[in-house]
Formats: sequence, structure tokens, C-alpha cells
Amino acid sequence: MAAPLTLLLIVAVTIRAVLFRSSLAELIVERVEVVSPLNAWKRVVEGLALLDLGVSPYSGDVFHETPLMIYLFHFMVDYAEIVFMIADGITAVALYLSIQTYNKNVFRKQKYALESDRYPADCLELLRSPKEMFYIPLKVAMFYLLNPFTILSCVAKSTCGLNNAIIALFILCTLKGSALLSGILLALATYQSIYPLTLFAPALLFFLQRLYIPVNLRRSSFWFFTLQYAFIYVGSLVVITGLSFFLLGSWDFIPSVYGFIFSVPDLTPNIGLFWYFFAEMFEHFRLFFICVFQINVFFYTIPLSIKLKEHPVFLIFMQIANNLEDRPYPTVGDVALYMAFLPAWSHLYRFLRNIFLVSCVLLACSALFPVLWHLWIYAGSANSNFYYAITLLFNFGQILLVSDYFYAYLRREHHLTHGLYLKKKDGTEATLVLK
Amino acid sequence: MWCIIESKSRDQFQEELVIRPLHSGDIYASFQFRTLWDTDFLQERQKVSHYRLFPKSLGQVLSKFSVRELHISFTQGFWRTMQWGQPFIPSPPGAELWVWFHDTVSDVDGNWKELTNVLSGIFCASLNFIDLTNTVQPSASFKPLGLGNATDHRFLRYATLPREIVCTENLTPWKKLLPCGSKAGLSVLLKSEKLFHSSFHSQAVHIRPVCQDEQCTSKAWELRQTLNVVFDLYTSGQGKKEWSLFKMFSRTLTEACPLATSSKVYVDITDNPELFELSPATPLLSQAVVLGDRRTYSVFDLTRAEMFGQLRSLNLLLRDMLRPLLHAERYVAGFGLQTGEIHTVIYNNHPYRAFPVLLMDSVPWYLQLYIHTLTVTSKSRDNKPSYIHYQPAKDRHRPHLLEMLIQLPPHSMTEVTVQFERALLKWTEYTPDPNHGFYVGSSVVSALVPSMVAMNTNFTQDQPLFSSFVPVKEESSYFVRVYTEPLLVNLPTPDFSMPYNVICLTCTVVAVGYGSFYNLLTRTFQVDEPSLPLAKRLANLIRRIRGVPLLA
Repeated sequence: MAAPLTLLLIVAVTIRAVLFRSSLAELIVERVEVVSPLNAWKRVVEGLALLDLGVSPYSGDVFHETPLMIYLFHFMVDYAEIVFMIADGITAVALYLSIQTYNKNVFRKQKYALESDRYPADCLELLRSPKEMFYIPLKVAMFYLLNPFTILSCVAKSTCGLNNAIIALFILCTLKGSALLSGILLALATYQSIYPLTLFAPALLFFLQRLYIPVNLRRSSFWFFTLQYAFIYVGSLVVITGLSFFLLGSWDFIPSVYGFIFSVPDLTPNIGLFWYFFAEMFEHFRLFFICVFQINVFFYTIPLSIKLKEHPVFLIFMQIANNLEDRPYPTVGDVALYMAFLPAWSHLYRFLRNIFLVSCVLLACSALFPVLWHLWIYAGSANSNFYYAITLLFNFGQILLVSDYFYAYLRREHHLTHGLYLKKKDGTEATLVLK
Repeated sequence: MWCIIESKSRDQFQEELVIRPLHSGDIYASFQFRTLWDTDFLQERQKVSHYRLFPKSLGQVLSKFSVRELHISFTQGFWRTMQWGQPFIPSPPGAELWVWFHDTVSDVDGNWKELTNVLSGIFCASLNFIDLTNTVQPSASFKPLGLGNATDHRFLRYATLPREIVCTENLTPWKKLLPCGSKAGLSVLLKSEKLFHSSFHSQAVHIRPVCQDEQCTSKAWELRQTLNVVFDLYTSGQGKKEWSLFKMFSRTLTEACPLATSSKVYVDITDNPELFELSPATPLLSQAVVLGDRRTYSVFDLTRAEMFGQLRSLNLLLRDMLRPLLHAERYVAGFGLQTGEIHTVIYNNHPYRAFPVLLMDSVPWYLQLYIHTLTVTSKSRDNKPSYIHYQPAKDRHRPHLLEMLIQLPPHSMTEVTVQFERALLKWTEYTPDPNHGFYVGSSVVSALVPSMVAMNTNFTQDQPLFSSFVPVKEESSYFVRVYTEPLLVNLPTPDFSMPYNVICLTCTVVAVGYGSFYNLLTRTFQVDEPSLPLAKRLANLIRRIRGVPLLA
């Protein structure tokens, strides 16, 4: 499979190179759907310019990147385009390898379950075959590299691409079983933007499953491993933060980066829900709603982990997807990351209920975002409500997509344990409902 | 022999333009095109048939109606004597026509009526409205301006149409009467687009018999076409006392009319030789006494080819001499409500000295400046400031502060540009009229400007207050602080009527997410068994009490 992957990489790099050289690059760098105050390239250049002027980049409110990013781009600012293309390539290859590993795991578990006769007789058609699973890693890489959202994000040189690369590497290391590397990469991803913190639980569950340690709060083996992994994670986080301190000699970056993410002072419009909500918020409720919205991001971790403790990889996907909807400053690059996983669950297609509606909604919203932005900001004939409506619709479409896949996954699991063709007590065909 | 006599041209053409800057900042341009023709229209024996420079339509009018003098003028606007002085050729608003007929005419009224109709055809004007109800025969006011000793006012007719509007349809036939048309000479400047965008516009035709020489041995016909126009300082001049031929007429002069014996432009420089400068400078000066005043004129002779230079065009420039040494302007460039650019332009008008200036900009925090886009250019080359102090803004705490020391080259314009992005504010942070925009305070340019005159560094008690505000530290320069214009910048606004709606809608979307996840997380799949109808359930209840097996 190396040849098709190489071909895919070449095609993707060509498309990005062509777009970098065209006049569209200047247009895309400015678009609010693709860049946000957290990861805009213009702000990285501004931070470097402030550093050249002798002013700390964190003294103003323009630069919100971490010090390691300054360090990286201090040397690489002339080769920025290559850096972002390489990041995209790394993400695609990491996703390819991790899905390949995952598929092997799935197939092996399925074989064991078949041999021990754990599946009811009529659900054999739900089982996955190697033939069907052969092209899935390539499709995942293709979904990431050729996704217009990813291409736009790369051409805009949004540092979201680098964040995605770190998360993809983290997933690869987790699936390959290396707890040390996985902890370090997760610490790096959390250091970049706080929300990957929620991926700690799925990674932990995966390792526990891999090492055959039962998830039982009373067992000492569980706590032993958990503490080990937490120590690696927290330790690397502390080391990275300490390195950042020594780089610039001050703790200024903590309120500028993390304080900024948590308190949402900048209300620049983006594809998320936060900006207009807090633009129209009454002042005395602001703190309350900020707490509510931030808790909303982290809050699904425990219930999802409990429900999906046998399926940590799907849990990773769910966490990434959930994080995205409720972030303060989302961009289309984040959307592209979880959309890349969708071919891995292509076997759930028969149980998806809203897929047509969701795809129409997402397509329509992607087309309407630039139109309504132009009407509001440049033509002056629309107002902010139009753009806000499309953000509502876009987020609603994403929620529908994620919950639809969740429903399909749970339903397939139910069928695998109880049989595909269920009958009611009187022998007629039954319908399944959630009760 | 008769042919030879006839082929010798007996007509000549002169054209002239006088430009006079007026006290109020407006500018007055007066064109005169004169054709002198040594012939006699009124001779019965020889009908004039060979017209060269003299327009045929007018010649035929003169002979058919036995006209001795014809004066017709079309004017738009009123001549403001108190502001502009006296015009060279006065005229009332609307149309004015006065004619002296030859004393051989028997039916003057009939001739007058036909004459007005013919003239209204020639000039595309509605002169046919002139009839007996608005015609008078002034007894003393309008004596003949040319030759002739007739004083019988029965042969004079005078009429005005104050309501007549002058427009391009009147200018075009008037221009066609000129020998060079509107193709060469001074008449290329006569573009109706600019001429009618003025405070005062008057075109006239004056025909009269004149003496050819001092002894008056022979007579000639003189046709003068005059056009007077006053351009307003604010409408055409954009408020600046800087006039040029191009600015007034949107054309420049390229050549003299080949049929003209003389083609000259006179610029009145009497009033204020120090207050404005004329370029290109010319050594030719002439003095003339006109309207009781001796005035000096710079003369440009268009028949000399070196007037036009290499570019084959002559554009006269009159510029106000009041040039402060240091001057700054500021404006916002860009479109849309997302980004913009602040341009600060600093002018150094000193002819040979360069000096440094300190520019201070304080920009509010909601216009996020990007200092890496700062460019300083002088004379289209990069000019790096020697000292930059920049303090970036903190949202809702402090504004941007940018201070730079820039060296200004002599006689140059320096432009400082910086890009910014507009922020969306919380709805309570907008003023009650948010679409008015947000003000950005003036930039401050502080400098020590080299002085032409040595300054007095001694402190004396009885110095007037106006010269003692700023302490004078050195003799050769004085301290100046120049403030630029404040800027008005529009920010994107949210809809102010929507707080409750937004909270409801956003919370709805979040609740939809929460609800679907709650369902999927807390409920399990079960086969849907239909519930029993009410009657059977009640029956089951009774059966349970009785201890009998239940219904299905």
C-alpha cells in the first residue's frame, strides 16, 4: 500500500503548492472560517516582529501562540509553506498507519469472537471482512489530505495543521502501544491548546485494554498503570511548560495563551457559537456562561468513557468531535481532523439515519459562510444575524453527524450481541428504540 | 487681375485668453476670438460669396437683414462684482440681443422678427420668444460701439430673455463659427463638461464695423466671439488655491491655431507676485491699462513652438505660495469592516533641508495594529525610522502607542502605512449611535523645523504672548507640533435587538447536542413491545387482585 499512499501524498502536495503560488493564498489567509485569533499566521508573523522590536509578544493581545511555536518559527519562517505541507503529510501518514493497526486489532478480535461463538447466527453479515477493510486506511488518508477544509487550512498557514499533526502522532503512538511516547505527545497537544486533555481518558482505556488490565476501581493494577501514565503525561507537561518559561524568561504566556482560551475575551466571528453569544451577553451573566460553556467541553468525558470503555478508539473519535463543537475558537481545520476518521466507520452506513440531511446541511453551510460574511462585512446589505444563523446550522449539523455515528455504533454493538433480525413476542418484526 | 485681387486674403484672425486669479480664490478666464474682414456686406452691387475665416452664416445674416451692429450674449450665472471685480465683457444672465440696423431698412420690426428667428436657428437657442412684447428701443443707453454716426434710435432694437438657459447645445454652434473650430488653438480648451461646471459662464458674439487704421481710410468688419468663465474655488478647485489649465478645462494647449496671426495667453500677475507662483515662468511681460487700472501680465505666445516644450503641451500652473514647511495628513484606506490601513502623510516643503520628525500614534485597542505591516516610504523608496517605540494594546486595558523618529528628505512627501483589523465588541461597549463610527485621535508630529530667519533666544519681559509660548532653545530652528485629522472608523456591529434571542438559540443548539448525547448514553436498545390498550390494562389489574392469570 505504499505506492498509492505516495501517489496520494504527491497529489496533495501538488494541489497545495499550486494554491500557495496563486492569488487565492492572500484571500484565504484572511478568512475567519479558516483562521482564528489562536492560530492565524498573520499573528505568528506579528509575534515574531514584536520579538524583533524588543517587545514581548505577550505584552499585547495579538499573539496567542505558545513559546515553542515562536521557537520553531523563528528559524522556519521563510520555509513556512513547506512546514505546513510536511505537517499535513505527517498527519495523513500517521492516520494511515494508526487506522491500519486498528483494523488489524479489530479483525483479530473479531476472529477470536467468531471462534468462541459469541455472535448470534444471523448477524454474520455485520461482520467485517479483510477485503472491505483493505482500502480503509488509504481512504482515511485521502479524506484528510483531499478535504477542502484541510487544503484551505494548509494554504492559510493556520497552525491548526501543526496541532492536528501532533494529535495524529499521538493517536498513532497510542495504537502502537507505546505509553511513553503517547504521554509525551498528549502533553504536547495539551500544551498547544488545552482541549486534548480530554483524550487522556480514551488513551488510558486503550492501554488498559491492551495490557489486559480490567477497568476496576478496586484493583491495584488499574491504579498502578493509571498513575504511571498520568505521571508520564503530567511530567512531560511540566517539562514543556518549564522549557517555555526559560525560552522567554517569564510566565506571561500562561495568561496570554491559556487565560485567553478560557476567558474568551476576543469576539472575532468564527464558525463556532461562542462569539455572538458573548457579544450579546449581559455583563453580569458573563462569568456564569463562560463556566457553563467550558464545562460543556470537558463534561462529556466521564459518561462517554463509561459507555464506550470497551471501544477506546471510537471514544477517541467521539472526544475529538465533541471538543470541536464546543470550542471557543474552532476553525475548519479542526473539523477536517475528525472528518478524516469517517471512512473507518463506513461499516456503520446501514444504521445511519440522517446522513443525507447532515451532508446537505454541511455542504450548504460551507457554501453560505463566505457569502454571508461578504454580505455583512463588505456589501453591508446583511447583518451579523445572517452569519450567526449559519454558524448555528453548521454546529447543529455537526452535532447531528456525531450523534448519528454514535447511534449507529451502539446499535451495531447491540445487534452483534442480540442478533440482527429481532422479533417481538408475537413473532413479527421488531423495531429497536432507546428506552 | 480681378482673381488675383480676390485671392489675396483680406481677413485675419487673432485669438487670446486672459487668466485672472480673483481675490476670493476663484479664477476668471476670458477668451476672445477676433476676425477682421476687409469687405463690405452692405454693398448692393457685389454680393459676397467667398468666405474664408468669417463664418458664412453670420455674413449672410448681416447682408440679408442689413445689420450694422449685432451683439448677442448667452450667460449662465450672475457676475458678482463685489467679489470678482469688473468683467472684461459684461453681460446679463440669460440671453441678450441688441442690434443696430442700417438706416436704409424700411421695416425694422419685420427685419427684427426674422433676424431673431434666424439667430435662434444658428445658435440653437429659443430666441424666437423675442417679439414686440419684450423688445425696446433704448434712446440713450446702447450707442453703437463701432463706426457710424447714426443716432436715430428707431434703428436700434434691444431685447433680453432672462429665462434662457445656456447649455452644450448653445456652445457647439458657437464653437463651429470659429475658424479652427474646436480642433486647434485656444478653442481646444472649450469643453462643455468643465465650462458649465462653473460659477459664471458667458458666451457672446459681437459684430461691428471698425476702422482698419488710424486715419480710418477703409472700413472692415470685426467679429468678436468672447467667452467668459469663472471657476469656483470649491466646486472646481476642490478647495485648494492651485489652478492649472488642466484643472480648469481638463485639457492642455498643444498648438496655436494655424489660421491665426496671433495667439496669446495673458496671465494677470499684478496683484500678488509673492502670493502665487506661475509656471512655466516666462520673461515676457506686458502692462496694460484696462478698466481704469494698470495691470501687469505674463504673456505666453503660442505661435512660438518652444512654448510647448518636448511634450508638445502647455499647461500653466498657478500655485498659492503659502507653503508651510511641515504639514501632515492622515486617512484610512481599505474597504469592508474587517481590515483597513492607516496612512499618515507628512510633507516637508523645505527646498533643500532635511530634518527629523517624531511621529506619535495612539490607536484604540479595538483596532488591532499589525506592526509587521508598518512601511515608511519617502519619494517611493523605503525610509527606515531610526527609533521605534511600540507598546501593543491590551484588550480593554490600554491602547496602542507607536512612536517613531523619521528623517524627512527635503521637498518630499513621506507616507507611513500600517494595517489593522477591526474587532467585534460586546454589545454594551458600543455608543448609542454605533454606525456613526469610532473616533481615532489625531497623530502628533513634533519636530524642530529649520528656520529661515534667526530666532531670538533671549528672554525679554515685554515679548508678546504669541511669540513666547514655546521656549526657544536655539537660533536656527523652532519647535513645531502638527496634529493630523482624527479618523472615523466603522466597526462591525452585532444586532442590538437580539440578546435574548441569541441566548435562546445558542442554548437550544447546545441543548440539542446535550439531549441527543444524554439519550444515547443513558438509554439502551430494547425491542419495542406495544403497550396494551387501556381496557385490557384495567382488566389485568382486576385479574391480579383476583389472582387469575393475566391477559397477553
